[in-house]
Amino acid sequence: MLLVALAICALGILQIYSATHGTPSRNAWMKQTVWLGGGLFLMWLLARVDYHNLLSQVPVLYGTTLGLLTLTLAAGNYIWGSKRWIPLFFGFRFQPAELGKLVIVLLVARYLSELRSDRLEWGDLLKLGVLVGIPAGLVLAEPDLGTTLTYVSILAIGIFFGGVRWRHALVILLIAVVLLPCGWFLLKDYQKTRLLTFLDPMRDPTGSGYQVIQSKIAVGAGGMWGKGVARGSQTQLRFLPVAYTDFVISAFAEEHGFVGILVLFGLYFLLLMQIVQNAQRAPDRAGMLICMGVSSLLLFHLLVNAGMAVGRMPTTGIPLPLMSYGGSSMMSVFAMLGLVNNVRLRRSVA
Amino acid sequence: MSSIPEDREHEAPKVSHFLRNDTYYGAVQIAIFQYVSVAVFVFLLAGYWDLQVRNESLYNTKALQNQIKSLPMPAPRGRILDREGRVIVDNHASYRLVLSRENLREEHVEPIARGLDLDADDLEALVRRFDRRPSYYTIPIKEELTAAELAFVEAHRNAQMFPEMELIKSQFRLYPQDGFASHLSGYVGEISDAELNSPEWASHSPGDLIGKMGVERYNNESLTGIDGQRQVRVDNRMNTREVLGVKPAVAGKDLRLTIDLDLQTVAELAMEGRKGAVVAIVPATGEVLAFVSTPGYDPNHFVGRIKPQEWKALTEDPHKPLFNRALQSQLAPGSTFKPIVALAALESGAIDENFSVHCNGGATFFGRYFKCHKKGGHGTVSLHKGLAQSCDVYFYNVGLRAGIDTIAKYAEMVGYGRKTGIDLPGEKEGVVPSSAWKIRTFREKWYEGETVSVAIGQGATTVTPLQMAYAYSGLVNKGVWMRPHVVDDGRKPQVDHTAVINPANLGKVLDGMCGVVNEGGTGAAARLPDIVLCGKTGSAQRASNDFLKTKQGEEEFKDDAWFVGFASRDNPEIVVAALFENGVHGNFAAPIVRDVVKAYYDKKSRQKQPAPAPNLAAWLTPGKPAPAAEPGTRPR
Repeated sequence: MLLVALAICALGILQIYSATHGTPSRNAWMKQTVWLGGGLFLMWLLARVDYHNLLSQVPVLYGTTLGLLTLTLAAGNYIWGSKRWIPLFFGFRFQPAELGKLVIVLLVARYLSELRSDRLEWGDLLKLGVLVGIPAGLVLAEPDLGTTLTYVSILAIGIFFGGVRWRHALVILLIAVVLLPCGWFLLKDYQKTRLLTFLDPMRDPTGSGYQVIQSKIAVGAGGMWGKGVARGSQTQLRFLPVAYTDFVISAFAEEHGFVGILVLFGLYFLLLMQIVQNAQRAPDRAGMLICMGVSSLLLFHLLVNAGMAVGRMPTTGIPLPLMSYGGSSMMSVFAMLGLVNNVRLRRSVA
Repeated sequence: MSSIPEDREHEAPKVSHFLRNDTYYGAVQIAIFQYVSVAVFVFLLAGYWDLQVRNESLYNTKALQNQIKSLPMPAPRGRILDREGRVIVDNHASYRLVLSRENLREEHVEPIARGLDLDADDLEALVRRFDRRPSYYTIPIKEELTAAELAFVEAHRNAQMFPEMELIKSQFRLYPQDGFASHLSGYVGEISDAELNSPEWASHSPGDLIGKMGVERYNNESLTGIDGQRQVRVDNRMNTREVLGVKPAVAGKDLRLTIDLDLQTVAELAMEGRKGAVVAIVPATGEVLAFVSTPGYDPNHFVGRIKPQEWKALTEDPHKPLFNRALQSQLAPGSTFKPIVALAALESGAIDENFSVHCNGGATFFGRYFKCHKKGGHGTVSLHKGLAQSCDVYFYNVGLRAGIDTIAKYAEMVGYGRKTGIDLPGEKEGVVPSSAWKIRTFREKWYEGETVSVAIGQGATTVTPLQMAYAYSGLVNKGVWMRPHVVDDGRKPQVDHTAVINPANLGKVLDGMCGVVNEGGTGAAARLPDIVLCGKTGSAQRASNDFLKTKQGEEEFKDDAWFVGFASRDNPEIVVAALFENGVHGNFAAPIVRDVVKAYYDKKSRQKQPAPAPNLAAWLTPGKPAPAAEPGTRPR
């Protein structure tokens, strides 16, 4: 599992290097390597402590996360009009919303494994919904729609595994369908435009649609075999925006082609299935839920990010796990892999 | 069950009591998840297959041609008009030089800066600020190109030299010259880094011009238009292959003010060469007819980037030309406070209308001697005479009878000590001292002796010129304070607050103010032949008597002159407050108010025959009288 993850990271760092050389962010690949090191350390750390201990600390972790999220809203710096980061030493910034993903995986796992029944009742659904809803609301206020949706996806998969009744699921879906138009009015203007542009990118070819159009051109121009490292015109001439963060997969697709994408997706699929395997062999229900939480989170990220690059998903700021440039995301993915490893290590007990 | 096995259970691995060990429990769901995963991967791969294999050549061609050049079409900012639609702030056509980032080469930045006499480091910093923006954003680097600069651009704008340079026709802000109404209009300037990161300005990009002060700032949203864009796709030889789209610019909305340009002009002229402020308000609506703060500054210097030396000169000027005195200058109101003290005493029953005092030039309270401004004294002083002659001794007694907290209550009733809520940024609230205020601020008890000073508008009391006009507008309006505003948005005037005042008491006070002007009182200089102008003078000390003795004759420690007036007595249509800093005596501020009120009634009587258009050109920069003039000819 580690080997697969490292292989993906290596491809990511290579692509970050290729997309940023000769630009002011040319040191990004080095920073990413440092973060990879940090991520591995965090993974090792999280694999050492028995995850049952972590589960017992969920209330503390949950409280800390809420505190940090509130702090972000209260004291964070505005960058590009939203508050997502807490400044740390040496100009590093920390995104508490990433920590939140980890904690919510643990929270859902603990809550569901404590249930006495295999069926979820309304009360359980409501409690779980509120528990996830509070941090999700805080993140939405930053505003960060993408991360909010990942929280909801963990909740959804948790409910699914916790044994939701079909009738309840149907009612929740119905409520969601009714609430969706209301939610529309709560979205920030830029989020509305993004959704509208997803439906019709030519709506605004210079504004929000620009990213998607350029990304599609980049992917398409890559063809079967790709343009070669550092040869993609979309990436190199900087037509493709943020080619080393959110759209790193478009840059990769342009330079390595469909074959490259096939290899990359193969790696991701392998990683995912290994995590699922760990879930099947987990010593107890909590371990299984942790593994499934992590795998569904990764799948959701992959779906949204890779889908957005080809215009099949709306543009949100969700990074591609292990590949996109960014320390907080890197750390949180490795921390989650650490949890999975943790579950695997306890397997012998069962 | 005995308790022993339970204890053992607790010894077992921690927290296991809540875990369930049924590992087969999720098998079905896991299988479903695996199928879903496969579906997701197939879905994604289909997307990439569709683009990369099925449509490879299509996207390949697009990428080859993908040299999009986007040229902004700047939207003109809305003009600022007076209440009759006459232009106060206009635009004129000019050329703006932008750098197209789609073909910007870093090594070109330095020679371009040299050719245009710009600082190369500044320009590089500006270019870097755009790094994270999509490449269709252009970098505005110079506004209002001169003929020489235009020549440089035309000569070097080709594929071999600097293809990134683009000339854009734009509208450039044009303000009246010599700081006319500058504190009202405010100015536009380049957005700062701090502003760019705040959510309020999130939709702006570096180099944008935004309203920074005054009306420009407060109404930035409606004044700003939406920039258009023309996007062309050029091939690698820089020939236009296709016009991708034109998004027309949407001009900003013109903004109509409540200001009357004629009255504003009269007030500006009256204040010429003086430090201070004039605010004229229509009491029935809260409309501001004139809003002057002098000295002003030339807003034209701010448009685009203000030169550092000019900024330094403005900020270091001892007369503080950037300080908006009309709503930020917090000074002691002096004797203009007396009518409010009188009203407080009458309304609270501390005195009745027959209360009188003997003034022989001063009086002793709490062991200290307080002078009256008239050396020989006023003799027997009634309420009317006390106001008309502004007798200090009379008001020392009235103030002490009313007490500090009653005075404070009525001062707050007229709107002192808080913002009026005018639609201009940066308003200050002033201070209304009271016993509670003293404990809050200094953690000390109020001393009765301090009430003596407050009763004549000294002590800790401070107000702004705007507050003063506002306070009296509500009084002459019989206790209804209308929200003051400078923008005429066509909506009904808003009532800010109301107070129940005994009409008899209010009448006595306002009659006293008539005596100030029309019965040989302290404000006789404001008298007009045909109109009953009433008012109150104020001469406010800047520091304590003892301190002032050491500073005798120094300009900046001379008393501030105030006058607040309204007309007419029976039908108050206008309230004017004037502050003349270091003007020594309120009687010297009175003519300022008189001139504005006279202009108001002169205009009203002229209104039957159409008034000739005012000679606006006199206020516009010479050499650029009309907005249609050719760009690049403006003298620098």
